[in-house]
Amino acid sequence: MSLYGPLWLSAQLAFVTMVVLILIGTPLAWWLSQTSSRWKPVAQAVVAMPIVLPPTVLGFYLLILLGPDGTVGRWWVELTGSTLTFSFTGLVIASCIYSLPFAVQPIQNSFEALPRQTLERAWTLGASRLDAFFSVAVPLSFRGFVSGMVLAFAHTLGEFGVVLMVGGNIPGETRVVSIAIYDHVESLNYAAAHRMSLLLLGFAFAVLLGMYIFNRKWSTR
Amino acid sequence: MHRTLVLLLIAFLAGPVVAEDPLRVAVASNFSRTFEQLAVRFSEETGIVVDSATGSTGKLYAQIVNGAPFDVFLAADADRPALLEASGKAVPGSRFTYATGRLVLWSRDADDCVEALHASKWVALANPDTAPYGRAARDFLQHANHWQDVSGRVAYAENVMQVLQFAASGNAGVGFVAESLLNSPYAPTGSCTWHVPPETHSPLEQQAVLLTSNGEDERAIRLFEFLQSDAAISIISKNGYGESR
Amino acid sequence: MIRLRHKLSKGDFVLDVDTEIPDAGITGIFGESGSGKTTLLRCIAGLERGGNSEDLPAHKRNVGYVFQEPGLFPHLTVRGNIDYGARRATTRRVDGAPVIDMLGIGDLLDRRPASLSGGEAQRVAIAAALLRSPDLVLMDEPLASLDRKRRDELLPYFDRLHDELSVPVIYVSHDIDEISRLCDHLVLLDKGLVAASGDLFDVVSRVNVPMLSGRNAGVVLWATPVDHEDGLTRFDFGDGDIWAPGEFETGRSPMRLRISARDVSIVRERPQQTTILNVLRAVVEEIHTVDRAVALVRLGVGNQSLLAQVTNRSVSRLELQSGERVFAQVKSVTVRH
Repeated sequence: MSLYGPLWLSAQLAFVTMVVLILIGTPLAWWLSQTSSRWKPVAQAVVAMPIVLPPTVLGFYLLILLGPDGTVGRWWVELTGSTLTFSFTGLVIASCIYSLPFAVQPIQNSFEALPRQTLERAWTLGASRLDAFFSVAVPLSFRGFVSGMVLAFAHTLGEFGVVLMVGGNIPGETRVVSIAIYDHVESLNYAAAHRMSLLLLGFAFAVLLGMYIFNRKWSTR
Repeated sequence: MHRTLVLLLIAFLAGPVVAEDPLRVAVASNFSRTFEQLAVRFSEETGIVVDSATGSTGKLYAQIVNGAPFDVFLAADADRPALLEASGKAVPGSRFTYATGRLVLWSRDADDCVEALHASKWVALANPDTAPYGRAARDFLQHANHWQDVSGRVAYAENVMQVLQFAASGNAGVGFVAESLLNSPYAPTGSCTWHVPPETHSPLEQQAVLLTSNGEDERAIRLFEFLQSDAAISIISKNGYGESR
Repeated sequence: MIRLRHKLSKGDFVLDVDTEIPDAGITGIFGESGSGKTTLLRCIAGLERGGNSEDLPAHKRNVGYVFQEPGLFPHLTVRGNIDYGARRATTRRVDGAPVIDMLGIGDLLDRRPASLSGGEAQRVAIAAALLRSPDLVLMDEPLASLDRKRRDELLPYFDRLHDELSVPVIYVSHDIDEISRLCDHLVLLDKGLVAASGDLFDVVSRVNVPMLSGRNAGVVLWATPVDHEDGLTRFDFGDGDIWAPGEFETGRSPMRLRISARDVSIVRERPQQTTILNVLRAVVEEIHTVDRAVALVRLGVGNQSLLAQVTNRSVSRLELQSGERVFAQVKSVTVRH
């Protein structure tokens, strides 16, 4: 097994998941922060569920849902001819569910911390809700975005249980670094496990450090 | 797995050995159901209480190496018991094969399991690096010259139980499982099974050893004797294993 | 005229307003807290859901809103803040330079909101609202968040707004002094209903308005400074003269004088030896009992009015009656702009 391959795969998975979660998580976080609908607590509980569910349980149900018999998996096979399980795309979907609250909650908190008057002022100055969102709410919630991105990335990088259930451990496709390290340990190849773990730690630290430095530079502009 | 941890916790906290403490046996997961049945029979016959903890062979091995206070280890392979013997953690000469695993091809929907090897999108087998059944599956595929064709379509599971999960959920068209799994009352109904000829793969010998951590326990020796008795052999083969040697 | 028609229920509180205000100058909305002043403003701006006469969203209404707290966008410079509305203006575009000049924020353009004082920030907020080229400017107690000193610094800018702005302004306040200084038209709001609406000078000289009693009672007169003596200025208010402390430029345009009812007392005969400089001939027009102890008397001085707050006891002792000729003693005059 290559040393860098699984780490590269994990990095890609973490990055893609982070991007997808920012894209779908932001509107969700915005709606949650602005709405007074009576469904809000329900939505919040649903979003928070992945924190509570054991990853293997989540993975197990995804195995069924994304498998060729499942509602989502079946549609995917019709569309593309291949399965969602045992594929990188399937892992992205699984990771997005697994890391959803870690991306949504910091962003939602940031939005909620915006004084209502700030948005109202923007509206009275002629900004539509969408305009106000992009020109005022987003720039002022920068901290929340960074936090959400960092957490989504880091959480996915360390993902294990879910991948174990739906990944199929396929080299270059779903054999992420956490699985690879686990395999090394299981097959008693401790030296390889140490090497890979060190590499993972070094990489994760570098990325997180980079994000926090960037955060600081931006805030003190 | 969790029972192992709880056991360890209790063991470390309990301190000195209490008079009526049970015989502690570490059992490989795939043998656990069978062992439950054996333990009941053993206790009936001898009155000795047995406490078993299950887990993957690798994990149990790692725990034993790090001082977990088991008396007996029933592994799913021969490698780990051999290593324990070599490193002095197991009583020399105590190692023996208590059961032989049987590799089986299984499919949920396909009519012909062997054909399914070539026709399925995904073929599931346990990770050859970490699971003896996986290694055996790969041996067979290489031996039968199927590996070239199949290897690009392999989904690796952690163990045979997950192989069955992959195959039973339809994600893998066919999978290499342990026959013992199919004898469980919860086993799913498949459309075909095919016994992989044992000569095509490395033997799936499941070996047991006496552990030296608590000194030689009389009761462990009686367990070993029991495992080779007719009663035990009959239970073992009813569960889908070949006999002990 | 601008029609204000708004009806809104919010929990226990009901706002029901239907009145007209001039489409020029500053209209004050006066009331105590809880009377619905802010709610009314928000309804006009489109910030309250429901109860609005039209159903346009806030950003489509052409109103500028100045909040109590400046609330500038911290991620933009001052220039960015005032450009924000300008860039989104749909109708005619107000020229930036005169507004920046009028509010004296030219030096602040490249600063960040965090580095501004309260008064500076509020001026920027006003500029931003004005540069949105609105048809109506709404101000919700814009001076309330400032301390006395800053408020005094800022008031002259508001005076300029009054003089130089062509857009009508609605100015909400619970401070009768500010209202008296700045507004031309006055709407009194009490528990969500309009208690009075009319020309400022006229409304403040009414005796029977419960809201305008005690500290809040007092008239406003237009007067021109005529000459100086001993550090005082003599003002001609058309129906007589009044002295006030300070040396104001003579011959300039008329100024507002506010005379609080508490500073006016009534005598039957002209006092000879008194420290009070201003003694004016007056006619008792109306006497209104405010409560057990106090009454408010409207005195006619020529064509204008003064209010005097006196005790009921004094009214009966002096046997004051409507139509009688008396003298009004004015102890202190506050000169407003």
